[in-house]
Amino acid sequence: MIVAERKPLAEILDMVKDCTKILVLACRGCVTVCSAGGEREAEILASLIRLGMKKNGRSCEVIEGSLVRQCDREYVDAIDQWQGQYDAIVSTACGVGVNFIANLRPSDNVFPALNTTFFGGSAEQGIWSEQCAGCGDCVLHLTGGLCPVARCAKSLMNGPCGGSVDGRCEIDPDVECVWQMIYDRMGRLDRQQEMAKPAPIRDWSTAGHGGPRKQVREDLTVS
Amino acid sequence: MSFTPDIRLFSCHYTSQQGCANEGKELRELGFPENIRLTRVPCTGKLEISTMLKAFEDGADAVYVVGCPVDSCHNVKGSQRAAKRVTAVCEMLQELDVEPERVRMYHLDRGLHPEFVDAGKEMNQDIEKIGPSPF
Ligand code: SF4
Ligand code: SF4
Repeated sequence: MIVAERKPLAEILDMVKDCTKILVLACRGCVTVCSAGGEREAEILASLIRLGMKKNGRSCEVIEGSLVRQCDREYVDAIDQWQGQYDAIVSTACGVGVNFIANLRPSDNVFPALNTTFFGGSAEQGIWSEQCAGCGDCVLHLTGGLCPVARCAKSLMNGPCGGSVDGRCEIDPDVECVWQMIYDRMGRLDRQQEMAKPAPIRDWSTAGHGGPRKQVREDLTVS
Repeated sequence: MSFTPDIRLFSCHYTSQQGCANEGKELRELGFPENIRLTRVPCTGKLEISTMLKAFEDGADAVYVVGCPVDSCHNVKGSQRAAKRVTAVCEMLQELDVEPERVRMYHLDRGLHPEFVDAGKEMNQDIEKIGPSPF
């Protein structure tokens, strides 16, 4: 899922300081799962905005709403139901959701309530970690399912940098060296010999270095 | 400036059970501040952050929570969850540049003990000193 966290409140309050009617819009997708921008968090944020505005001597009406997702046109269109009730939307979706609202609603002000941090998972309640960087050219079949792009601090492709100590990354002893993990795992799977083959030079154009990426599935598009 | 703070107390069923008996008569006799409004919840672990914030929106000068001792919560981890949420509200108040002392967690044994009354008195005195809510 996409993992995100709430921005500092002062930053959000500054974005909306001139607004008099705000719609805090939750997303029931990824950010609900990572407890950053679901209905519960939107309710909290709406309350904090009301308190913050009041403390700053401003009067402001803050309502809450939520969409199934904010990254699909059909759901974003449902914002019509609040038409006239806001002069700005504070979206608690990831950056994709905020962009979608901006794309589809040319005359609506939309502000991000979250910092979108990474694609990750939660192995332990309340803790999320990055697992994939969306590079567009997945190599997990070569690395036993562990991602060197997202999980190696240097995104190395041919083994560790040489700075790891006791299986820990040189950037931080709390971070596991993913290349050590790959090596150990490939050993357990009896596939270590595959690692002797040098990885080809990567074409990073699929990783966003060639501008915004787009995907078209002809079998799904209907004009 | 002296003022009578509006204080909201959320307490779990078990901790406040005896305190609520006879419509709080015993509590009053023990000197429990009358300006503290008690809301009983089945378990403090059920208390949402938004409920505490709403209390501030509704004019509370302070909010505190009384739940079971950390290691003997009737619902195992309920009071630990409540304490985490109280800490979260505390941090939110700091983000709003408001005194974090306006929200507090107490872990107390079940039943009507002097500590339950003392907590109320302590909260009341502290908030009288800090002054009215800036909201
Ligand atoms: S808008 Fe973002 S957070 Fe919401 S479902 Fe889509 S990708 Fe996930
Ligand atoms: S190799 Fe690329 S696509 Fe595969 S997990 Fe890593 S970042 Fe994601």
